[in-house]
Amino acid sequence: RFPRLAIKGSGPIIGKVDGPNPKPRLSLTSSEPQTRGRGVQLLSQVLQQCYGNLQESEVEVLVTFYENRLKDHYVIMPHVLEGLKALTKCLVLPPGSAVSILKSVFQDAHVQSLMLAQRSCVYCILINLMDSREEELKGLGSDFVFGFVQSMDGERDPRNLLLAFQIARKIITQGYEMGKFTEEFFEVTSCYFPIDFTPPPNDPHGITQEELILSLRAVLTGSQRFAEYLLPLIVEKLDSDVQSAKVDSLQTLAACGSLYGHKELSEFLPGLWSSLRREVFQTASEKVETAGLSAVSALVASLSRSVLSSDSEDVLHVFLDLILKDCLHHLAEPDLKLVWPSAKILQAASNASYRASLKVMSAVMPSLLEQYNTQTQVSNDVPLLLLLLVKSVLANHFCSLSSSLAVMECCGALAYIYPEAFAMRMVPRLKEAIFSGTSVRRRCVTALASVSSQPSLVQESVPVLLQILTSAHTGMGSYFVTSVCHSLQRIAEQAGQDPEVGQIFHDIVIPRLLGLAIQAALQGETLSHWPAHQVHYASLMASRAVRLFLDGDVSFLPENAFPSNLQLLKVNSCYQTRTVCLLMACVCSLPRSVEIPEVDRLLVELEELSFTCLHPFSYTSAAKCFAGLINKRPEGRTIKTLLLRYHPLSTSLTDKLFSLLGDSELASHAADGFYLLMSDSPDVLNRGCHANVRIMYRQRFFAENSAKLVQSFNSAVPGKRKAAYLKALSHMVNNLPKQVQLTELPALLPLLLEALSCPDQGVQLSTLSCLQPVLLDPPAALTTQLDGLVARLLALNSSPSMKVRIASLRCILALSHLPDHLVLPFRAKILQALAVPLDDKKRLVRKEAVLARGEWFLLGNPGR
Amino acid sequence: MSGGTRLENANPLVFQRSGERLLTATDEDENVADPIDDREIFDLIRSINDPEHPLSLEELNVVEQLRVNVNDQDSTVAVEFTPTIPHCSMATLIGLSIKVKLLRSLPGRFKIDVHITPGTHASEDAVNKQLADKERVAAALENSQLLEVVNQCLSSRAM
Repeated sequence: RFPRLAIKGSGPIIGKVDGPNPKPRLSLTSSEPQTRGRGVQLLSQVLQQCYGNLQESEVEVLVTFYENRLKDHYVIMPHVLEGLKALTKCLVLPPGSAVSILKSVFQDAHVQSLMLAQRSCVYCILINLMDSREEELKGLGSDFVFGFVQSMDGERDPRNLLLAFQIARKIITQGYEMGKFTEEFFEVTSCYFPIDFTPPPNDPHGITQEELILSLRAVLTGSQRFAEYLLPLIVEKLDSDVQSAKVDSLQTLAACGSLYGHKELSEFLPGLWSSLRREVFQTASEKVETAGLSAVSALVASLSRSVLSSDSEDVLHVFLDLILKDCLHHLAEPDLKLVWPSAKILQAASNASYRASLKVMSAVMPSLLEQYNTQTQVSNDVPLLLLLLVKSVLANHFCSLSSSLAVMECCGALAYIYPEAFAMRMVPRLKEAIFSGTSVRRRCVTALASVSSQPSLVQESVPVLLQILTSAHTGMGSYFVTSVCHSLQRIAEQAGQDPEVGQIFHDIVIPRLLGLAIQAALQGETLSHWPAHQVHYASLMASRAVRLFLDGDVSFLPENAFPSNLQLLKVNSCYQTRTVCLLMACVCSLPRSVEIPEVDRLLVELEELSFTCLHPFSYTSAAKCFAGLINKRPEGRTIKTLLLRYHPLSTSLTDKLFSLLGDSELASHAADGFYLLMSDSPDVLNRGCHANVRIMYRQRFFAENSAKLVQSFNSAVPGKRKAAYLKALSHMVNNLPKQVQLTELPALLPLLLEALSCPDQGVQLSTLSCLQPVLLDPPAALTTQLDGLVARLLALNSSPSMKVRIASLRCILALSHLPDHLVLPFRAKILQALAVPLDDKKRLVRKEAVLARGEWFLLGNPGR
Repeated sequence: MSGGTRLENANPLVFQRSGERLLTATDEDENVADPIDDREIFDLIRSINDPEHPLSLEELNVVEQLRVNVNDQDSTVAVEFTPTIPHCSMATLIGLSIKVKLLRSLPGRFKIDVHITPGTHASEDAVNKQLADKERVAAALENSQLLEVVNQCLSSRAM
């Protein structure tokens, strides 16, 4: 007999069936299923409210009751299940009840024949029991899984599916035994893969396809035991035409990667790879591509993590070999469209792990570098590919994307991180390429410079470069030698303040260079020009250089091939005196703080050299050296240095220069002197060489002296002297900053126009280049002068110098933009005159003529 | 030529512009004469604008360097151009623009032949005939509306 129960949760709860209230009892024992149903329903509703208050003995009774009711009429089933659901939430569920409930449910409730809500209920019962009575359920062994599989088989409702997947996931994560039902379990869930679900419109539950996909994926990829079923399934589904199926498969594969190891993957790798390759190579969809690439990454990462036994092969290498075999050769065919997919796959693979990146890079780099070295017309793809791969090694490496520059910078950065690798492999290859005399050796030399970003690399590359220079007598073009010197310069610049590199340069490079230069000088060959940037060893260097030049001390130069008493500063041969430029390079680039020994003696010798020597290069260099030295001393004497510092004495010396302009013989040279005064000298007396430069010295000079020049010009007799004034003036104007030019020019316009008729080509050129910007924004004064201007410009079209012809054509083009009413009268004349330079023998001139004539054609015409 | 009608070829295939011609050392040598070559002629015509699209003839592959043939010694130049579609009604206009550009940009000694690439246009014979006829070309340029369109095609655009 059943104990009594109260209707509402007050007082002791006693068995209901036999309770004082006959009505419920009657309901429960009624012969009418409906009535019984109502009774059970009431009971279940009560339980839902007060399940927390029940005691264990009561729960036990109720459980037994409900289990029995499961065998009852199907009409009652819903309420029975509700009641059971409530009971399964009781914390005091007696031991053994969970198992018996489940057994009854699996036995007596044919879940898939129930309605949606009841199936839902069953799943909830399972979930509740799994949450609270895990150990007990595990006692059921694989029967539990079997029961679940049967309950789920054929489920269609998305809400229920989410519940079912949840249970499945718990089964996996909580380690329930699947036994011989593993495959069934897998199949009952995988039959839904890939999910294809469109939520109905106005769906109140808001279940998305994404939710289902993720939920299922969690189940499928949850256990390594499924690998043998899942991987073939993925390969099969990848064949599908439906894009979302492909994406789902690829994403699932990527998700496997985190769990599976080489044991699960190794036998499926070839099949997976061929599907992946097909998908990435042939897809037009970015989603598929991205998913494919992340799958590749995941697989590689998974294989990289695997711990291998001593006799098994390295599966990572096997897989990477597969990939490389299929992708590498595509990189060498930059015109086919498989380059980029291949490169992306390789990048995905190398991104996955350090080991993978090493293997991929070591396979790819030589091939790409070889391409770069052997092809004369390198497509943009090669360096871009290199970059793509480098990116996976160096995070966020930013490069500009023009052909050679990209590779250079890339190599430079890589070399900085892997100096040994570069020293061992790249430098010898570059050396080989350079000495084999191929056409790419100039690029190799530049490459050598850009990878020399670490002292260890500099030690390797510098000897190579010096070796080239030493053997430069054997007929390498001077252009090549210059590029070698540029490379040395670049290495020096890259090193910056690095003391190690500085030492290398000081001990090895500079003496060698000086030696070579002097050797060449003694043999009468031409020199190129190396500025040296030393900080640490500057003074030592200076003293050595000074000693060399003043005393002929050659002791520090390598190779004792020099006469012991060199007198380089004496006027013996112009070849020798040219070396003074080296002295200048060494000595004048030093910071002001460095003491130069025997400065006075040096200055005297230099002064003499600059006044007595007949060779222009030598005496200019001597003068420059002199000037450079003086500029840094507290008191100074020569003009330019003074000018830069704006020393008061400069005016008197400038006057001297002016007066020289009047002299018939020296006028031209004096005018050139103005050029020297105003222009920027790259090798001395500039900020890079630590010279003392006052701001706006040019403007000040101009402001103080231009009026004088104009006056002198106007009063001068036409002829060479006038030309000299013009020359001086145009040098001055040309070197002013642009804004100043534009404001000063209108005042000087008549002078400039006159300058156009001057026979000196230098004057013509500088005047034309001054004039062009003025024409774009012409002052009023110009409009009265147009006639003369046009005539002169057209005359210059027949100048023997192509630069003058080009500049004059550009001015004519600029004229076309003046207001129509001003220039239209000239149109016919100009069009006719411009027909001549169309047939000029130089292409660059023809180009300007076409532009100018084309614009003039459009003048005054519709459609301009 | 009228506004408001639909474009004939609304989605043309766009080709990439080739870069600027590279300078060599001889280009700047005063004493060496540079002969007029195919690339030079191509550079003259490649930036001509298409009347319909904001693209150049090069970008639409209407003109290609391969289809330009110049002989400096004989003073002849021949340019083949390929309209984008076989019934392009702008073919005559494009041909005219090319011809005018060459007339304005080449020395007078040159004999200029501009025609449609054989087999690429429905009425190529008629168009070619018009372009070859000096009087008709001159007469066309007297027409100020036509001249306006041609000038628009020829006016350079800031790139």
